[in-house]
This record gives sequence, C-alpha cells and structure tokens, in this order.
Amino acid sequence: MEENIKLTVIDREGTEHNLEAPTDMNFNLMEIMKAAELPVEGTCGGMALCASCHCYIESDHPLNQPSDDEEDMLDQAFFVEDNSRLSCQIPIVESINGLTVTLAPVSE
Amino acid sequence: MIKTDILIIGAGPCGLFTVFEAGLLKLKCHLIDVLPQVGGQLSEIYPKKPIYDIPGFPSILAGDLVDNLMEQIKPFNPSFTLGEQASEIKKLNDGSFEVISNKGTKIHTKVIAIAGGLGSFEPRKPPIDGLLQFEDLGVDYMVKDPEKYRNKRLLIAGGGDSALDWTIELSDIADHITMIHRRNSFRGALDSVDKVMELSKAGKIDLITEAQAIGVKGKSHLEAIEIKTKENVYWLDVDHFIPLFGLSPKLGPIADWGLSITRSAIDVNTLDYSTNVDGIYAIGDINNYEGKLKLILCGFHEATLMVQSAFKRVYPDQKLSFKYTTVSGVNGFN
Repeated sequence: MEENIKLTVIDREGTEHNLEAPTDMNFNLMEIMKAAELPVEGTCGGMALCASCHCYIESDHPLNQPSDDEEDMLDQAFFVEDNSRLSCQIPIVESINGLTVTLAPVSE
Repeated sequence: MIKTDILIIGAGPCGLFTVFEAGLLKLKCHLIDVLPQVGGQLSEIYPKKPIYDIPGFPSILAGDLVDNLMEQIKPFNPSFTLGEQASEIKKLNDGSFEVISNKGTKIHTKVIAIAGGLGSFEPRKPPIDGLLQFEDLGVDYMVKDPEKYRNKRLLIAGGGDSALDWTIELSDIADHITMIHRRNSFRGALDSVDKVMELSKAGKIDLITEAQAIGVKGKSHLEAIEIKTKENVYWLDVDHFIPLFGLSPKLGPIADWGLSITRSAIDVNTLDYSTNVDGIYAIGDINNYEGKLKLILCGFHEATLMVQSAFKRVYPDQKLSFKYTTVSGVNGFN
C-alpha cells in the first residue's frame, strides 16, 4: 500500500488543519476536506458543476490546469483570485504532498 | 385551496418517485418546488450527465431519469405548484397541515414529505457591501419583466447563458447596457457569445471583461456601481444592476419549522423517515441519520418506507396489505 500524503487546509477562521490522504483511492481534495468535516459544501458531488468547494492554492505545487468546465464554474463563484481553484478538481496524487490551501469565503 | 393526502416539498427524483409508491396505496400527492421545472438538481445542475448507479440502468442521463419518473407516476395524476417556495406551515387541530407558498398558494394536506434535496435553489448574491439594501430598488437577481428596463441604464454581471441572453434581449429595450465579466471568455452558448461580441463591436453595449462590481451607492434607489478592472476602479451610473451568477441551494424557510436539524439536514427516524414533528417526514438528500448516503437509490427506498407510515396516518382505521405490482399491476387514479 502506498503512503499517505500530507495536506494543510486553512479554514475561514484562519485555523490550520493537517490532513492525511491516501493516493491510491482516486480521491479529490474536496472529498478529503469534507471527510475531515471541514466546512466545504461540495454541492454537486464533485462534477465541477457548482462552485461550493472554492479554495485558494497557497503553495507552489505543480497542479493540473483547470479545465474549461472549472473556469466556467469559477465564473459563478465570488472572491475569485488568480490562485482560485475548485478543490473537487484537484486529484490526490503524490506530487501534491505538502499542498497548502485556504478555504474561500462563502457569500449569502 | 388545494387538498391532498401527501404534500411533497421538492420535485426532484425522490419526490417524484414518492408519488408512485403513495399511489399504490391510494394516497394522492401534490408537489411544490421553487424551480419552474421538475427534476430538482438533475434538471437544474446536470441534465446531460450520465448516472451509473440506478438499479437496472447501466447508464442513464439525469434528464432522461426525470422523464422516466414523470412517465411512471402519470397514472396517479399528481398535481404541481412549480416556481413557488413552501414558506409557511400551520398545524390544524385535527393534525393536518396548511402550507402556504411564498406566492400565497394554500395547500391543505394530511402529511408533509420534505424531499427538498440540498434545499431550495436561490440566486447567488455577489458579496458587495450594501447590495441587499437595494434589492428591488435597482438590484434584481432575475429578469421577470423586460419592460421594467425600458429606457433605463443597466449593468448586467455574469458570464453564463442567462447574462448573455438577457444582454441580447434587453439591448433593444434599455437605454444603455454595460456587461461586466470576470474573464475574457464566456461559458455560454457560442451563438450567444457571438451576438454579444457583435453588439459590443457595433457600440450597442459596453462590454467590460476581467472586471468585477465591488461597490454600490444610491439614496432611495440604486444610483451607481463601483467597478474594478485590471487597470483602475471607477463608479458607473446605472438605474439597475442585474447580477446573474446562477442558483445555489439554501435550506430556506423549512429551517424555521421546528424540525431537528444537523448540518443543514433534517434528523429522521430510520423506521419510517419521520421527523421530530408528528406528520412531517423527510426523505432523500435532505435527511440525516447514521450511515446516511446521499444517493438517488437510497432516496427511492426511503420514499417507499415513508409512504407506508404515511398511510397509517391518513387512514388510521384501515389495515394495509402489501401487494406486488407484478401481481396487481398499477391501478391509477381517474
């Protein structure tokens, strides 16, 4: 069995959460954060069809490029910055070991 | 007033299938949904996505599943109140309920089944300080009557189909339209994007990309919106601001109905999916119990067990005998 990778998630109050995630289970970042009971909605279940798992990438890990679908959904999100991503579109793979993300604010 | 045995709040897959199982027990259903069409998330969010875990269907498009469910429940003549939100509830002395929609529609029902999915879909509101105070005073999250905008100056924000379509349609009606979008590219239908580009080139609209609305000002009515582009920040005088950023689900008024709620989901007893309020059940994605999985197939199961309990409530003196559809067929209502 492969080793878990480590991830850091900073919640909306600024608290750091250190998570571990297996790379051999086909998970994405949104699923890992939800499983850790962090306040991530993930309304559409991970299809890049809502914008409720919006986060900011804080570390300079090599990530997959956002798809057109993801960019389209980011149009419906607010507080979008250059480092914005939908966490459901970030697969848990060895190369993101040590990744740090911050949860984006939610609006009314 | 509408009268029914079971009022189903939410016309998604789980709510629709409830009509079938209730119908087999001769219980009549009425459905209410805030969206203008049936199908819930399946129609609103992912109609063209295949679903692979509906038993007996190796793959089915979400939109087709909704069509099939509508076909399946047809014999039981369900009635619908679409485009309205169940907002108020009154418990009557005989244990039945009166539910009132946000548009004043009254429904009398013996049982309530909340099949509300993730909640009721409401427009996303951009996080701009002071925006809320200009709602209906210049700020509109949807276009209801285009005539309202005749000879007015509009700012339309968003990059999807509704922002594109309304910009095109209102360009002949409004005095002036500015369209603002976060990126250079649009996600809408190609011919709509082309039309907006043409309108912009012809000088009929102002198209501002890589920009966002960040401030509002006015007195008794909206007067201007602050715009931030890559280069600068400035105020644009407008009569109306129409932010079109899609819909997102909110629990809505049912949060105030005295139901026990954990993390935006309604706690239920898995014996019959009853809530802590006698006569109100919750099924599908909106409920919460140990081991809950938000799957359509689980919602179908929950609906099936729930109507057995609802039957006992509607007909306390009658004995329920269970029959297979393969034996007795589907005997609809006339």
